Amino acid sequence: MDFLNGLVVLANFVLIPATSYGAQLALGALGVTLIYGILRFSNFAHGDTMAFGTTITILLTWSFQSMGISFGPLPTALLALPFGILATGLLLVGTDRAVYRFYRRKKAAPVILVIVSVGVMFIMNGIVRFIIGVGDQNFADGERFIISARDFKEMTGLAEGFALRTTQVLTIVVAVIVVAVLFWFLNKTRTGKSMRAFSDNEDLALLSGINPERVVMVTWFIVAGLATVAGVLYGLDKSFKPFTYFQLLLPIFASAVVGGLGNPLGAIAGGFVVAFSEVTVTYAWKKVLTYWLPDSLAPDGLVQLMSTDYKFAVSFAILIIVLLFKPTGLFKGQSV
Amino acid sequence: MSEPFLIGDMMTGGYGRGPDILHECTISVNPGEIAVIVGPNGAGKSTAMKAIFGMLNFRSGTVRLAGEDITALSPQDRVIKGMGFVPQVRNIFPSMTVEENLEMGAFIRKDDIRETMEQVYHLFPILKDKRRQAAGELSGGQRQQVAVGRALMTKPKVLMLDEPTAGVSPIVMDELFDRIIEVSRTGIPILMVEQNARQALEIADRGYVLVQGRNAHTGTGKELLNDAEVRRSFLGG
Repeated sequence: MDFLNGLVVLANFVLIPATSYGAQLALGALGVTLIYGILRFSNFAHGDTMAFGTTITILLTWSFQSMGISFGPLPTALLALPFGILATGLLLVGTDRAVYRFYRRKKAAPVILVIVSVGVMFIMNGIVRFIIGVGDQNFADGERFIISARDFKEMTGLAEGFALRTTQVLTIVVAVIVVAVLFWFLNKTRTGKSMRAFSDNEDLALLSGINPERVVMVTWFIVAGLATVAGVLYGLDKSFKPFTYFQLLLPIFASAVVGGLGNPLGAIAGGFVVAFSEVTVTYAWKKVLTYWLPDSLAPDGLVQLMSTDYKFAVSFAILIIVLLFKPTGLFKGQSV
Repeated sequence: MSEPFLIGDMMTGGYGRGPDILHECTISVNPGEIAVIVGPNGAGKSTAMKAIFGMLNFRSGTVRLAGEDITALSPQDRVIKGMGFVPQVRNIFPSMTVEENLEMGAFIRKDDIRETMEQVYHLFPILKDKRRQAAGELSGGQRQQVAVGRALMTKPKVLMLDEPTAGVSPIVMDELFDRIIEVSRTGIPILMVEQNARQALEIADRGYVLVQGRNAHTGTGKELLNDAEVRRSFLGG
């Protein structure tokens, strides 16, 4: 019984939250990795792209709510999501036309494009704060729990509760669908294949008659979709605050680099590696260990390796370790 | 003599604003022929081929394909006109499968490409066995076959190969040359640059020896192989 109780605590506080966080990071990292593979630079504006997409989705969610439109037990934000993606796509393509294309035509070095993306980041940062403000926004509605802690206790008779929130399950389900569609698109469609060809060997892609501007535009729209979905899922699961999204940049880049920049499979694996490391290192293991270890070994302290305030240090450490020892990442990616 | 199918006529020019590399260099090829450009290092062999493919700034001279002046066209437009080009390096999509490489080769075509793909598999049977494998995982000789196959997918009217045997073993080189002869038998004119001058001239219907960007000797492959001066100065006796 103690073992089961320990397992329930672990699932409730580590496994499930880390899995949904991992799915959110994976979606974010996929966007970063696509831009790196196809446009060949690290896009520092990605966190704020997520924030922009989420902002638009939140505003539409509110207006849907005021019109009395809802999605039954699911969050209304899901209905607003396609519009958020569209708006973000237009913003990104517009940014590309106004900013990135200029540097692409000049064949600017990747490091210049990185700095350019930092500039874009600050502008998007400002736009988002201008539209929705700097505060915390909560926009989750619908059914809150699939299984609440009290129901679980009554069902199983265990001492520990296990709560499964709708947003956690939703995150995982949506992430699986999005990733499946993305991989189908990249591997089976003509446009998707031409994007991979462009990423593999730009000169040969041009010789084969692949239109680079079209590849770039499709890429931005896919990135808009990935970023908005990631941002909205994160916001539903936790809450939306522009600064938090800016901070998400670090774990997202860590995920993309851990997996191998430019490699979509790697981005997904990287997302989960970073999420699980962050959660397990900052989790206080006292309760689980008390259940699992014999009484004589039960810990006195919290057994928390690091305070949650330091959670970004975990991604930073992972990032540095990977760059030092395996710059191409776990999966074969490009080195930075 | 009638106009050749593809001709780079009296080409003079260099890269960008750099100095001229080619000086009144003329190279041509006809259907059913293999034309080979050979010469010492730095003679401008690859440059001559790139010039014909539109990757060079011309000071004077023209390139004509089937009588049409294409000097002003970009490389991409020349592909659409029917020129297939296999660069010396980075000539495949390494992370994509062999079959996807061939599909990308046919990207500009809107019609059914299955028949052409079968022809390519017929020419290079090893590619059919490896068609689900990533092209970057293949051996050097097999990668070259993928590269040539990719270029054939557009059903080109002329095929240009920049040192197809660079970096492969002598046995693989012989096999590649056999394959190239087979491609030529399908009627496609082939223009290629080669380091391995002797072997290349043996299969050449037309040979060009370039020295310092100029035509030094021109003739059939046999003539050049038997030419005392070519042998002495360049084939090593």
